[in-house]
Amino acid sequence: MTAPVPGQISEDQLDPLMVAERWMLDGREVAVATVIETWGSAPRPAGSHLVIDANGNFSGSVSGGCVEGAVIAEAADVIASGEAKMLDFGVADETAWQVGLSCGGRIQVYLERLG
Amino acid sequence: MDPHLLRQLNAARRDRRAAIMLTDLGDGRNRLVMKGDPVAGDLGAAIGKAFLSVRSSVVEADGRRFFLNVHVPSPRMVIIGAVHISQALAPMAQMAGFDVKVIDPRTAFATDERFSGVDLVADWPEDALKERPLDAFTALVAVTHDPKIDDWPLTTALHAGAFYVGALGSRKTHAKRVERFTEAGLGPDQIARIAAPIGLDIGAQSPAEIAVAILAQVIAALRKPADLSEQPSAR
Repeated sequence: MTAPVPGQISEDQLDPLMVAERWMLDGREVAVATVIETWGSAPRPAGSHLVIDANGNFSGSVSGGCVEGAVIAEAADVIASGEAKMLDFGVADETAWQVGLSCGGRIQVYLERLG
Repeated sequence: MDPHLLRQLNAARRDRRAAIMLTDLGDGRNRLVMKGDPVAGDLGAAIGKAFLSVRSSVVEADGRRFFLNVHVPSPRMVIIGAVHISQALAPMAQMAGFDVKVIDPRTAFATDERFSGVDLVADWPEDALKERPLDAFTALVAVTHDPKIDDWPLTTALHAGAFYVGALGSRKTHAKRVERFTEAGLGPDQIARIAAPIGLDIGAQSPAEIAVAILAQVIAALRKPADLSEQPSAR
């Protein structure tokens, strides 16, 4: 890895799976969220990752910033229990979730603990 | 997710090898499949398809639901010329996910101080590209203005079918380039693939602005290949 340049975001900081590996090697507990299905207009394609540690630090994205907060909130649970969860996000009014996708699409996110 | 498999996956991605991380959505178990690994049955067929389409998706196979996350090597950008534009273009292209290499035989230009954090080779392109030749997954950006340095990588990129070939230089400079390449036996269709003047026409002036114009044109060539000929060029 190259030395960080002030004011510059390195490639590794932008790559959630590389971040997850680094956090894991640092002994931090990590949850990995993955977009597994999308319907209609969705900001991030299937396969996109958001990784979260036990303190709520996160890297990556599963939407355009619309539902990350909710996924991060669920991550603590998943890290504690080790049980994976399937999360569905759609237009706010149509789901039990308080947050939704303003773009009108729907996404399914698989949230699991690393290890 | 299996930590051991995550490390293997990241190692494969660093080595530019294609891989699929398989997750059984029933029990959460993972499996890492490298391109070329034999996998039997319906799942094997779905994996083969996913490698071809480069599309991650949920598949049903052998009575189970799997998520197939396809990871393929990032596109490469080879920049000929360690000039001012390249100092802006290299980090921007890295942020956009390109695997960037800057090549310039002029050691006054190709210094680590000017290109911190960038794969920089102070050598002639002919030698610098020996180990990893240009291919269809490479964008070639030639910005030295010097035919002695630019011509060989440009013609080599055209022969290799690089997905983008761009050259800096005025219309006059490019007209001379076209003459040289025609004499060297390249056809008009091949020569027409060179984006020159380089970059989208956004009125870019500063080196960083020109870098944005070039990067945007490279991304268009990658994501909307058929449209490239219709895009206005600037420089």
